Amino acid sequence: MSKVLLELIDVQKTYGTGENEVHALRGASLQVKAGELVAIMGASGSGKSTLLTIAGGLEVPTTGDVRIIDNSLPTLKPAQLATLRRQTIGYVFQDFNLIPSLTVIENVALPLELDGVKVRKARKAALDALESMDIGELADRFPDEISGGQRQRVAIARSFVGPRQVLLADEPTGALDSKTSEAVIRALRKRIDAGIAGVLVTHDAKLAAWADRILVIRDGQIVEEISNTITPEQFGA
Amino acid sequence: MSVRASILAVLTLGECHGYQLRQEIESRTGGSWQINIGQIYSTLERLERDGLLESVGSNGQGQTRYRVTPSGSVEAEEWLTTAIPSSPEARNELAMKLALAVTIPGCDVEKLVHAQRVQTMRNLQALTATKRDVDQNDPAELPWLLVADLNIFNCEAELRWLEHIEGTLARTAARGLNPNQTLSEPAKRGRPTKAN
Ligand SMILES: Nc1ncnc2c1ncn2[C@@H]1O[C@H](COP(=O)(O)OP(=O)(O)OP(=O)(O)O)[C@@H](O)[C@H]1O
Ligand SMILES: [Mg+2]
Repeated sequence: MSKVLLELIDVQKTYGTGENEVHALRGASLQVKAGELVAIMGASGSGKSTLLTIAGGLEVPTTGDVRIIDNSLPTLKPAQLATLRRQTIGYVFQDFNLIPSLTVIENVALPLELDGVKVRKARKAALDALESMDIGELADRFPDEISGGQRQRVAIARSFVGPRQVLLADEPTGALDSKTSEAVIRALRKRIDAGIAGVLVTHDAKLAAWADRILVIRDGQIVEEISNTITPEQFGA
Repeated sequence: MSVRASILAVLTLGECHGYQLRQEIESRTGGSWQINIGQIYSTLERLERDGLLESVGSNGQGQTRYRVTPSGSVEAEEWLTTAIPSSPEARNELAMKLALAVTIPGCDVEKLVHAQRVQTMRNLQALTATKRDVDQNDPAELPWLLVADLNIFNCEAELRWLEHIEGTLARTAARGLNPNQTLSEPAKRGRPTKAN
């Protein structure tokens, strides 16, 4: 039995108050084990990014608990949370979130360097991650000197470096063509299979099909789970 | 494509003769499915033999009218409410089934679309799982991979289409529009009954 690395327990998230109140999440619960990839699908505005930012400790739930390995995120001190985020959680943002004044390789190596890993070693790990995304040759460019799809792959490479145990990806292939998307999901799946817990938000059913389970979210609630259990059915010749 | 089930589905709305069935099915599928009248008659004969419908005599023009039996109703109901496997041929059947279903009062089309989405997603998962296990560097796997990818993209297309029509159905319902159709007046044409 694999260990549960990420757990959301009855998480609610309300933005704003009174007239402007938005119930982005209405009691979402979720467990992800080591080696398991869970995909989240749902319409625009259904709460997918909210769920992921809360799972990654970027937002605090209004009520409910978020547990990563043996930590309850809402109870951590800011410094402890920052360390956990840097060391344990790989996060791919929907809008990439690269630092414009750092080169591609510096962006990817940053979390390691902040943790005191020697620059040479951090750069080596960053280059490996970039090469796994097939963009090693872009290492010394700045984010505004590469294409949107390349920026997206830098963001994914950044989430791969270091001993991350939880990988959270928000539309990680939104800017990629289908061949590159497949390369990315294969690489992601390989990381997960090595014992990481992953959550993937996507609109692309082809991508979601690589997950062990697909959760469908509607109006802030998980309304359905589709597990990958059946054997392939015979397709028409 | 299930001519058989479509005939039964229309007959759940009332008695019809063969030519009328052809017209009903054509109009309920937006004119996109025109069944050969000979096929309608031969299917009617088989359905009668199997006890799924019965003839109720002929009208003035000598056209035999048919009525669905209880077991025929059950078969129609089952067809209208279950998902189909995702093969390319079946996909056309799905379109015709959904088109017919929206015209039939009391048919829960949203439930059908949902069941189909889950079924198609499962197929996509299963296809992806087999693809995952294939060695991409083995050239002998390439032909298989090409076909698998076609099936994968077809599943995706179907899912997007289903998601789209789910939205269309919801919008139609929200506007209070009702796509149900009762049987139309039979046209005064068609093949007379065979003299037995
Ligand atoms: N900071 C915020 N303040 C107020 N409302 C917010 C905030 N962030 C998100 N929301 C609202 O919460 C709901 C869920 O948003 P969320 O970003 O989680 O959607 P999503 O499922 O990721 O959509 P998309 O597919 O478009 O990325 C939306 O109605 C959104 O407008
Ligand atoms: Mg989002």
